[in-house]
Amino acid sequence: MKEKIIPLHLLPTGSSGRVKELRSLDGMRRRLLDLGFINGTVVESLRRSPFGDPTAYQIRGAVIALRSEEASRILVERV
Amino acid sequence: MGLTYQSTGPASLWKTAGVKTDSQRHFVIALAGNPNTGKSTIFNRLTGLKQHTGNWPGKTVALAKGSYNYRDSKFMVVDLPGTYSLFTNSAEEEIARDFICFGQPHVTVVVLDSTCLERNLNLALQILEITRKAVICLNLIDEAERKKIKIDGPGLANLLKVPVIETNARAGAGLGELKAAIYRVAKDDSVKNPFKINYDEQIEKALALLEPRVKETAGTRINARWAALRLLEGDKNILHALNRYPDSTSLPNGVWSELLRDAQQCAGLDGVEVQDLIAEGIVKQAETLFSETTVFGPGQQTSLDRKIDDILTSKTWGIPIMLALLGVVFWITIKGANYPSGLLASGFGYLEAELTHVLLAWNCPAWLYGILVPGIYKTLTWVVSVMLPPMAIFFPLFTLLEDLGYLPRVAFNMDNFFKKACAHGKQVLTMCMGFGCNAAGVIACRIIDSPRERLIATVTNNFVPCNGRFPLLIVLASIFIAGNTGPFRSLWAALSILAAVVLGIALTLIISRILSKTILKGMPSSFTLELPPYRKPQIGRIVIRSILDRTLFVLSRAVIVAAPAGMVIWLMANISLGDSSILHYCAGILHPFARLLGLDGFILMAFILGLPANEIVLPILIMSYLSQGVMLEPDNLIMVRQLLLDNGWTWLTAVCMMLFVLNHWPCGTTLLTIRKETQSLKWTVFSFLIPTVTGMIVCFVVAQTARLCGLA
Repeated sequence: MKEKIIPLHLLPTGSSGRVKELRSLDGMRRRLLDLGFINGTVVESLRRSPFGDPTAYQIRGAVIALRSEEASRILVERV
Repeated sequence: MGLTYQSTGPASLWKTAGVKTDSQRHFVIALAGNPNTGKSTIFNRLTGLKQHTGNWPGKTVALAKGSYNYRDSKFMVVDLPGTYSLFTNSAEEEIARDFICFGQPHVTVVVLDSTCLERNLNLALQILEITRKAVICLNLIDEAERKKIKIDGPGLANLLKVPVIETNARAGAGLGELKAAIYRVAKDDSVKNPFKINYDEQIEKALALLEPRVKETAGTRINARWAALRLLEGDKNILHALNRYPDSTSLPNGVWSELLRDAQQCAGLDGVEVQDLIAEGIVKQAETLFSETTVFGPGQQTSLDRKIDDILTSKTWGIPIMLALLGVVFWITIKGANYPSGLLASGFGYLEAELTHVLLAWNCPAWLYGILVPGIYKTLTWVVSVMLPPMAIFFPLFTLLEDLGYLPRVAFNMDNFFKKACAHGKQVLTMCMGFGCNAAGVIACRIIDSPRERLIATVTNNFVPCNGRFPLLIVLASIFIAGNTGPFRSLWAALSILAAVVLGIALTLIISRILSKTILKGMPSSFTLELPPYRKPQIGRIVIRSILDRTLFVLSRAVIVAAPAGMVIWLMANISLGDSSILHYCAGILHPFARLLGLDGFILMAFILGLPANEIVLPILIMSYLSQGVMLEPDNLIMVRQLLLDNGWTWLTAVCMMLFVLNHWPCGTTLLTIRKETQSLKWTVFSFLIPTVTGMIVCFVVAQTARLCGLA
C-alpha cells in the first residue's frame, strides 16, 4: 500500500494519480490549492517538455505545467 | 499586504482607479476573472476603449478603466488583474481583492471560461463569498459548445443566486444581456447575504465563535463570516482593517488574538491546516456546482488540443517547429520592412524639401532652420521610417501566435534552460518580443507572474538585439567579417550574425543566473504555467490591436525621445569649440577610453548620441567621420567600408563594435518603458548599467587579447 504513493513528478506520462498530500509551502501551496490540487483530486500526467522538464498535467479541466521541484512536493497514489 | 481601511476605503480606491461617483446614476463595475478568460475582450466590448487584451496571464496588471452609458445610467468599468484566486498574496491578487472587498463596487462581474468552468468557479465563489452584488459571465460559450460542453446557465444562476449570462465576447454575442443584468443588479438596493460555502466541521465550529464578535465590531460594513474566515487563516491585516472602521467599537489587538486563539483551540486547528481546509472547502463547492450544472456531450472534448500538443511540444518536432515559426516571423519582418521603409524615407525626404522651401521663404534664421529641419525633423523621421515598418509587421505576426495559444507552448518547451538560469520559462517570450523591440519586450514582462523572475526578464531584455540593432549587425558583418570577395561571404556574414544572437541569448541566461544569486536573491518566486486551449485567431482584431496598442505605443515613446535628441545631435555637430565641433571635441576626450574597448572616440560618441534609437548610430558615425553637420545614410556598402578603413578600422574594430551593439545601454525608449513598468529609478539604473558594464568588459577582454596576441 505504501509503495503506491509516489511524488507527482515520478508519475509516468499517460497515467493518472490521486492527490494524497501537498508538501509545498506558502504562496506556492496556496496557488496549487487554488488550481485544485487537493486531497482526492485525480491528476493526469500529459507530457514532458522536449528537454524533460517541466511536465504538463491535466487537472480539473485545465492543463497546468509544473517543474519537477514543485511536482515532487505533491504526493499521489496511482490509479 | 496593506489591507488598511484608510488606504483601501471606497473613496480612496476609486480615486486611485480614477473613478468618480457622484450620483445615483453613476455606478462602479469591477471586472474580475482568471487569466485567459477573455476578460479584457469583455472590457473592450463594454467600454469600446482600445486597450490591449492578449491572452497571456496577468496582462492587465495596471487597473484599466473605461465607461459606458446604459439607459439612464453611467457605468465606470474597472478591469481588475486576471487572477486564479484572491489569496495567493501576489500583487495582482491583492489589488483585485482590495478592490472587490474594500472598494465596494456596485457590481462585480466575474468572467469565467466556459471550457474550464470547474477551475474558474473557484474564483467566482471566493468573490461571491464577499459580495452577491455580482453577475457571472460565462464567456467563450461558443468554444464550450464546440467542445460539446453543455452548461445549465439558469441552474447555475439558481444555485449561486446571481444572474448568469452566456457570452461570446469575440463575436459580441450576449453583451446586451450582460449590460441589462449589470443594470438590474446595480439598481437593486435590497441587501443580499453573500454566498455561503459550507466548510469542514472544525472550521464551522470556530466560525460560530468568531463571527458574532466580528459582527459587533464591524457592523454591516463588511461581511462578518468572510472577515472571520480571514482571521482564522491568520491574516493579520484584517485586524487593522476592522479596527479602523471609524464607527466601530474597536477591540484592542490583544483581545482579538486571545479570541482567535480560543476559537482555534476550541476547534482544534492550527494556522496551515486552516488555510488548507478553507481552500478545500471552496474547491469542493466548485466541484459540486460544476457536476450539477455541466454535462459533457459524447466524444472526446480535449482530443484535438492534445493532438496538436503531441506535435508542437514533442521531443522530435517541438524545437524544430518553434525555431522555424520564429525564424519565419523574423525573416518576414526584416525582408518585408525594406520596401515600406524606403517609401517612408522618400516621402519624408519630399516633405523635408517642402519644409525647407517654406522656412526659407519666411526668412527663417539659419540656426533655427538647422535645429528644426536637419536636427529635429530629420532625426524624428529617420526613427519613424526605420522603426515603423518592422514593428507594423512583427507585432501582428507575434500577436497572431499569441492569439492562437501557441506562445505558452514555447515557454513550456524552453523552460528547462530558464530554470537552470533561475528564471521563468515565459522569459523566452519576452525575449522573442525583444527581438522585435526591447521596449515591447519589457512591457511583455508583465506576463511573468512572480516578481523576482519578472525583474530578471526586464533587466536582461536588452541582451537580445532588437530590430534597430539587427541592421547594424548585418552591415558590420557583411562589410568586415565577410570581406568583399569570396564565394561564402553571405554564409560567413549570416554565421557571424547568428553567433551574435547566440551570444546574446547565452549572456541573458548567464546574467539572469548571476542576478538571481546576487542582488535578486531571496525574493519570492513560483512557477505554474497554464497551457490554455488553442483558439481560432481573429485576424482583423489582431491587426487593429497590435498596430494601435503596440506599434503606435512604442513609436510614440520613441518620438518623445527622438525629437530632443535630434536637436542635441545637430547642435553638437554644428557648434564649434575653437576649430572643431563639440562632437569632435567630445569624441577626442572619449578616444583613449574607447581605444581600450577596441573602438574609437567617434564610435563611442555615436553610441551615446544614438540613445534615442539604435538605428541612428551608423548615420551619426558616418556624419562624424565625414565632418558633416547632417546625418547620412549608408547607401553604398563599399563606400562605407572604404570610409571606415580610412578612419583606421580593422577587423577587430568591427568585432568590438558588433559586441558593443549587442551589449550596451538600452535605448531611450526602452529605459523610459523600464521606468514606467518597474516604477523604480533603481531598477532603471541597473538596467542601464548591467548591459553597459558587460559590454565594456567583453570588448576590453577581446580587444586586449587580440592586441596582446598580435592579431590586430
